[in-house]
Amino acid sequence: MSAAPILKLAVMAVGGQGGGVLANWIESTARAAGWAVQATSVAGVAQRTGATIYYLEMAPSGAPGFALAPSAGDVDILIAAEMMEVGRAILRGFVTPDRTLLIGSTHRALAVSEKIAPGDGIANAGEVRAAAEVAAQGLILADFEALALSAGSVISASLFGALAGSGALPFSREACEGAIRAGGKGKEASLRAFALGFDAALAGVPPVAQPVPAGTPRPQGPAHLLADWQALQDRVRTLPAPAQAMALAGLRKVVGFQDPAYGGEYLDRLARVMALDRDGILTREAAKHIANAMAYDDVIRVADEKTSAVRFARIDAEMGSPKVLELTDYTHPRGEEIVSLLPARLGGWVHSHPRLLAWIDRRVNKGRRLRTDRLGPFMQLWLLAGLRRWRRGSLRHAQEIAHLEGWLDRALAYALTNPALTMELLKARRLIKGYSDTHARGLSKFDRVMQGAALVVGRDDAADWVRRLITAALADEDGEALDGVVQTIRSF
Amino acid sequence: MAERSFKAEVADLRKGAGEVFTGEGILAITKALLENGVGYVGGYQGAPISHLMDVLADAEDLLAELGVRFSASASEAAAGAMLAASVHYPIRGAVTFKGPVGVNVASDALANLASSGVTGGALIIVGEDYGEGSSIMQERSHAFAMKSQFWLLDPRPNLPSIVKAVGDGFALSEASNTPVMLMVRIRACHVTGQFTAKDNRRPPLSVAEALDAPRRKVSRIVLPPMSYAQEHDKITHRWPAALRFIREQGLNEVFGPSQAKVGIVCQGGMYNGVIRALQRLGLADEEGATQVPLYCLNVTYPIVPEEFLAFCDGKEAVLVVEEGQPEFIEQHLATHLLRAGSATRLHGKDLFPMAGEYTGKVMLEAVEGFLRRAAPALLAAVVRAPNTPAPVIPDLSKTVPVRPPGFCTGCPERPIFAAMKLVQNELGPHQISADIGCHLFASLPPFNIGGATMGYGLGPASNAAFDGGKASGAGKRGIAVIGDGGFWHNGLTSSFGTMAFNKSDGVAVVVDNFYSAATGGQDVMSSRAQNPTKATNHPISKALKGIGITWVRQVDRTYDVAKMRDVLREALTTDAPGPKVIVASSECMLNKQRREKPLREAAIREGRRVEAPRFGVDEAVCTGDHACIRLSGCPSLSLKRLDDPLRDDPVASIDTSCVGCGNCGEVAEAAILCPSFYEARVVHNPGPFERRMAGWRRAVIGWLMRKRASGRLEFGE
Repeated sequence: MSAAPILKLAVMAVGGQGGGVLANWIESTARAAGWAVQATSVAGVAQRTGATIYYLEMAPSGAPGFALAPSAGDVDILIAAEMMEVGRAILRGFVTPDRTLLIGSTHRALAVSEKIAPGDGIANAGEVRAAAEVAAQGLILADFEALALSAGSVISASLFGALAGSGALPFSREACEGAIRAGGKGKEASLRAFALGFDAALAGVPPVAQPVPAGTPRPQGPAHLLADWQALQDRVRTLPAPAQAMALAGLRKVVGFQDPAYGGEYLDRLARVMALDRDGILTREAAKHIANAMAYDDVIRVADEKTSAVRFARIDAEMGSPKVLELTDYTHPRGEEIVSLLPARLGGWVHSHPRLLAWIDRRVNKGRRLRTDRLGPFMQLWLLAGLRRWRRGSLRHAQEIAHLEGWLDRALAYALTNPALTMELLKARRLIKGYSDTHARGLSKFDRVMQGAALVVGRDDAADWVRRLITAALADEDGEALDGVVQTIRSF
Repeated sequence: MAERSFKAEVADLRKGAGEVFTGEGILAITKALLENGVGYVGGYQGAPISHLMDVLADAEDLLAELGVRFSASASEAAAGAMLAASVHYPIRGAVTFKGPVGVNVASDALANLASSGVTGGALIIVGEDYGEGSSIMQERSHAFAMKSQFWLLDPRPNLPSIVKAVGDGFALSEASNTPVMLMVRIRACHVTGQFTAKDNRRPPLSVAEALDAPRRKVSRIVLPPMSYAQEHDKITHRWPAALRFIREQGLNEVFGPSQAKVGIVCQGGMYNGVIRALQRLGLADEEGATQVPLYCLNVTYPIVPEEFLAFCDGKEAVLVVEEGQPEFIEQHLATHLLRAGSATRLHGKDLFPMAGEYTGKVMLEAVEGFLRRAAPALLAAVVRAPNTPAPVIPDLSKTVPVRPPGFCTGCPERPIFAAMKLVQNELGPHQISADIGCHLFASLPPFNIGGATMGYGLGPASNAAFDGGKASGAGKRGIAVIGDGGFWHNGLTSSFGTMAFNKSDGVAVVVDNFYSAATGGQDVMSSRAQNPTKATNHPISKALKGIGITWVRQVDRTYDVAKMRDVLREALTTDAPGPKVIVASSECMLNKQRREKPLREAAIREGRRVEAPRFGVDEAVCTGDHACIRLSGCPSLSLKRLDDPLRDDPVASIDTSCVGCGNCGEVAEAAILCPSFYEARVVHNPGPFERRMAGWRRAVIGWLMRKRASGRLEFGE
């Protein structure tokens, strides 16, 4: 047992992240230093966006007995190029408190299973971080993806920098940089990212950033509207303290959607909730969902968002403020959406004539790509957005407000007897979102949840059941899980 | 081949005697072939042996200098058949493919080859695709060597050993007139290391010279009565000759002390894993010197009984380390021990799991278990009675999502399956079979399309039972998917020949991405690239028409989801008789980017006008339902949590890796999802007129925006 111990290093990455490049750099650094080194990988289909692993072993001299795969409990340095890959490394036992230095990137590349949930399916990175703190002997966590992007490079370079900065390898910074220089392509950007990674490793693990509470920026506009806003803001202060922040956010949304008078209506509805509320929690939840319901997604709103200065500025910044930027919006209006803009009675009349509705649909219903950077298409959307002043008379508005009132009435009916149930019924509004078929599907899920709720209202655990209904409704697209829960309820 | 250059690797192939070769195992094998005077090389690409093919394809000059013929075989069967050149001629030949699928396809040729016997060394290099990272069914190539009686090498996974095995393989093949299979596992193919090169050697007899001096030997023809004689020849001559060669040349190795109570017998490929387990138990040092005797089988078939029995002599117990199932070697060894009346106890699959890869953990536990039972005195006290409790690490098994491989960013196959999902929404679910290739990723979320995969080129053939379609009284038709790689591998004859001949009413979709994409982007017959040494640009639709299929629809831009959907609907509903075949063609985005990105960057640098599109999502318009993702699954289409207390669900968001293929926008449009998607196209180096126009438009649009803002309250972002 005289020889120096073998250093074992594994890189866990998502296919396409350049894990192979990183492994090459490490290998050539070690080889250039006269070390014996061996690298292996399992390429193949795993490279195509799947989780993949590269493995290196090295020793100062000799031709040692190297292994070809990492073993649980036997890894000295583990580099994970994504937060859930950090988790996977821990899960597979490659990170152990007795020996492993863990270098991980905190950014997320979401797996398909996380993205397809109709609700929020994103895995809990906090749990992975907590486990990393227990499992690793040494820990370097930073957003190496962002560091690399800011240097115009890819994550392999910033992670290599972190490895060099960690001091876990007996090779100098210059030796590591030499490996990048020998590589050729894109080496300047790689070296910049390397330097950022190096510094991040020296800086240690930064604490999780606490979300900064959103301030209340002053709106811009003509004096009389600003005065209206001031009055509305004063009314918010009369709401229970826990609800105020949410109510203010909601107020901004509905006033932005329509006008200060609409904001007044919003606060009227909140006042109704407040009157039945004991601690302000109900009002806070209602503030969120009533605002979302009142700022429904009609053609006018979409046109307004698409032609807003804020949007143009955001896209411009994202694209690096180019001199010429062509902007194409993908839209597909249906006859129904156009008819819903008509005055309520006229729209209702069209709806009662299916053949007329179908005729309109045939004329309207097709994919339209609008070059919003050009005057013609921009004007089209701009004029549509201008219909805002007539919105309150539209068929869609009548439908939305009727639906809103119906929902609110039903939810508030239990506010005094079973506030927990009211809470859940308010939350059910979350299910209504999207456009066309997606919207219809959301509405149908909402209806099924409300029907399911009607079956349990008498029970003590009614709120629990409604919460289960909502969770199930968000689990899959077609509401199969939801139907399952409804079946269970029916079986009582 | 077409899009990726292997120039650096080709330069390595030219290294001469004494120079140090540094690189991957599979490239070391490639170099070793040339050093051993190989006369011809063929094969079919696939992980983990693709690089051997890719590098030789780029090494035309070198091969021409050496008089070596290289053939990119149409299938493994074609590759196996190529070895026929070594039957009558003293020419060394090598073919390569992935095992065991390649051996399956090649087995007809290999069985005939093995029966004939060979004159020149015939080497079959198999990348054994088993364990982590494998893309195929988990079986062993070992059985093929046994059933056809050819020999199987499984060298220790380091470059010098692998390189030596190539030379040993040729020599063994010639000494025993039997083809030899050289098996290298996934990690061994990709393992890096060094070996000292030798000069490349011209074959003593080149295939060109042989062509001018043909010869034949009737006894090597597989026909009765010769075929009967060949079976006997295998057993009475070739086998003993092989055993003699293996023993005399010392192909198998023994390590460790000569006297010990226990020993380990392992496949060569398992050697490093065994050493690692012994290192962790304190029974081997960092350099690999072991205290437990090891009999390392670099030849795993046939077994040399004398060697094995000599190793067992004086040992109370031996452990057989043999990965995969069934345990062929262990059974052989048991037979020999029993026949010899040996008292040595045999362990193997009683301590190792019968199925699955021998990972570090499996190896450690089994070796430790063996020693605990057979020689506990060898184990250090700390191993015998571990007393430090392991710290409790939080369980993340419910937290960490699975991450199977999927379609790349901008993949042109994604819209095909989005369209299929849309058609199924209209017409109901269908019976769908798949083939081998990237398109098989559609069987996973978010598409969940297709159930069966019966083999390369067999997608439509695997739907043959359903081929009656509507003509058989059903209300629906079956759909089969196949890639262009599979089409030219075996699909044209086995799948489409079956469909055409049987007047199938089924629907087949040929996913034509211009390459054999899943194996590394090699050219196929229908590739659009010009290839100096290969015949490309032969349209699939033409081949289909050539075998009498008339209902063929060519879609030249798969990203047109609405059109894909309409063509699929037409195929499923038309009254036309016979097979309905859709050829859906768009270039593999991985290869396209590899080709176009450097050109685009150069053009931008040189000041030429270049449009660079990228897609985006308006987060104020997106409602967070993720319907778009369920129809796409693009890696660049992800989610983002908004800093807005009013929003419960994350919204869709497109990151900077977007290549601007447009699939997400087209899907949103075709499925009428939402108006959130936009394309932002940066114009690099615009002309002065274009710049002026853009400035003027911006000014007017800015004025309109300000006008609107002046009459309302604006809250900013």
